[in-house]
Amino acid sequence: MIKDYFILTFRSLRKRKIRSWLTMIGIFIGIASIVALIGLGEGLRETINSQFGFLGTDILAITASGGLGPPGSGVVDSLTDKELNELKRVKGIEGAAGRIMESVKIVFNKKISFSYAISLPDGDDRKILEHVMTMEAQKGRLLEDGDKNVVFLGSMFFDKDNTFGKIISPGSKVEILGKEFRVIGIMEKKGNPMLDSVVFMNEDDLRNLVDRPKDEYDIIGVRFSESADINKIKQNIEKRLRKIRDVKEGEENFAVETPASMLEQVNSIILGIQIFVYIIAGISILVGGIGIMNTMYTAVVERTKEIGIMKSIGARNSTVFTLFFIESGLLGTVGGIIGTIIGFLAATGLALIGRLILKSELITAYFPMGLIIGAILFSFILGSFFGTLPAIQASKLNPVDALRHTK
Amino acid sequence: MRKDIIIKLENVWKTYLMGEDNYVHALRGVNLEVRKGEFLAIMGPSGSGKSTMVNSVGCLDVPTKGKIYLESHDISKLHESDLAQIRGRMIGFIFQQFNLINTLTALENVMLPMIFQGMIPEERDERARELLEHVGLGDRMHHRPSELSGGQQQRVAIARAIANDPEVILADEPTGNLDSKTGNVVIDYLRKLHKEGKTIIMVTHDSNVAKAAERREYLKDGIIVKSL
Ligand SMILES: Nc1ncnc2c1ncn2[C@@H]1O[C@H](COP(=O)(O)OP(=O)(O)O)[C@@H](O)[C@H]1O
Ligand SMILES: [Mg+2]
Repeated sequence: MIKDYFILTFRSLRKRKIRSWLTMIGIFIGIASIVALIGLGEGLRETINSQFGFLGTDILAITASGGLGPPGSGVVDSLTDKELNELKRVKGIEGAAGRIMESVKIVFNKKISFSYAISLPDGDDRKILEHVMTMEAQKGRLLEDGDKNVVFLGSMFFDKDNTFGKIISPGSKVEILGKEFRVIGIMEKKGNPMLDSVVFMNEDDLRNLVDRPKDEYDIIGVRFSESADINKIKQNIEKRLRKIRDVKEGEENFAVETPASMLEQVNSIILGIQIFVYIIAGISILVGGIGIMNTMYTAVVERTKEIGIMKSIGARNSTVFTLFFIESGLLGTVGGIIGTIIGFLAATGLALIGRLILKSELITAYFPMGLIIGAILFSFILGSFFGTLPAIQASKLNPVDALRHTK
Repeated sequence: MRKDIIIKLENVWKTYLMGEDNYVHALRGVNLEVRKGEFLAIMGPSGSGKSTMVNSVGCLDVPTKGKIYLESHDISKLHESDLAQIRGRMIGFIFQQFNLINTLTALENVMLPMIFQGMIPEERDERARELLEHVGLGDRMHHRPSELSGGQQQRVAIARAIANDPEVILADEPTGNLDSKTGNVVIDYLRKLHKEGKTIIMVTHDSNVAKAAERREYLKDGIIVKSL
């Protein structure tokens, strides 16, 4: 029976083709902008998720500076070897590795550029880091224990448009802080500008180069078992470090960054941008909904006679209500489907243009199934909601009066 | 109530309030009995209340006062949902303006009353086809009303009226918009239905058309003035 109602409804919508399309424009715009925005936001979040800075997602980062500011930039109290060993004993922690990080001057082809150099630890810790960062060499090889005076570079150096005006490839010699290093490999492109321009060195090399004492670290990465409660571990670490560093709660001179807390920061930025556009999209959807309501009221008046006819051959009030309700729901749904397609195309196109202009893989569009289904479901509900009052009015028409209606 | 009486009106009044204190009495105490299987014509000048009477018999409207019995049930005080139910199953309407739904084909128009009664698709499809064959429109099933002549449209309406096999057919000036030749075709179908045992009440101006009926009642100013 419902199927028949759909067919009936479809017929009457088709008859008023132009008006039906016009009615749906508001819904198109609203749904399209929401889908496009969420798509771009999700894309950004997805990239950040999958290319998580210098860490991995099952790793905690402890920095001595606090906040997200780049470590090594005049850090007050560096993390120490003692702290590293203490941390290894915190409950739930499977391993911890310290790293140092310095801003360095690089000279190649008589041109100068500045970048970050980051140390890689020896042994198992190296393997773990390579794994969580999904570090792979697109040219040459990864760094190994015992390598001396060699560097592993981010993909940007291998780009022919790099700042040096000449491709740096495995075998090239670069001057870092006045000392010559041989390039051993180039990392696969990550899409993250910071990672793609990084210089990896073995820990001993970097310490010698920048003259950092053996027991100092800028960042400690902590790996924990998958089953562990990340927030609990974070609390344990903070408690332990406060004790060692003799600082009160709230006055920490260190920070424990969880993937979640980093994601939160990213999310809050995305959200800030999104809220503004959501408001605009919301207004356009409201206008679209009112448009549907208006169209449906017009339809009720225009089809008064038809309603009378249907009642005279046995249609009940509920039948008439259902027919009009489905009609407005269908208007909303079709508007929503088209809006979703437009939004999808717009976001994909924008992401493409963004990537070309900014040369950053961070800009992608991602559409989870839930978003698509949600958008279409939402527009159905929207259409039905705004069609409810007109549908009630249609169903309540007195059959004789409706039949006397001319036309 | 006698067993062979299918419709009975007892002192039926219908009053419309047109603005303040301006009452229009469309019916002023109508009394009428219709036998099962009877073919009755209702005649009378325009505005005499013929349509109002037929509509109240067909459960489209409720009287202001009085009682209407349909198969010994008093329908004069029922609510719209019950009326719709009775209307859909027991009554078949035929109107002067055909009143087909323009967006639907002839076949779909005939199926509509069966859809409203929840008949299963295969059955109603078959029945609608049969009915259209029956009124000689087997080759016009997929035409829309605008592609059919007046006489053809009225035949579709007849097919639609009998779709749910109702006891009573109410035809309100069924030939009013047709020339006499096509009008006669329509009347012939009504005769045929009468022979098949349907109770028919037909409103008409035309005394020639009214001859088809077994009995004629004359309405004037909302009351039955003469019976032949
Ligand atoms: N819905 C209505 N509102 C007001 N007056 C009505 C309404 N329906 C019918 N009437 C009046 O009732 C009288 C009878 O109408 P009707 O039954 O249509 O007459 P007929 O069918 O005999 O021409 C007329 O005067 C008409 O104007
Ligand atoms: Mg009339």
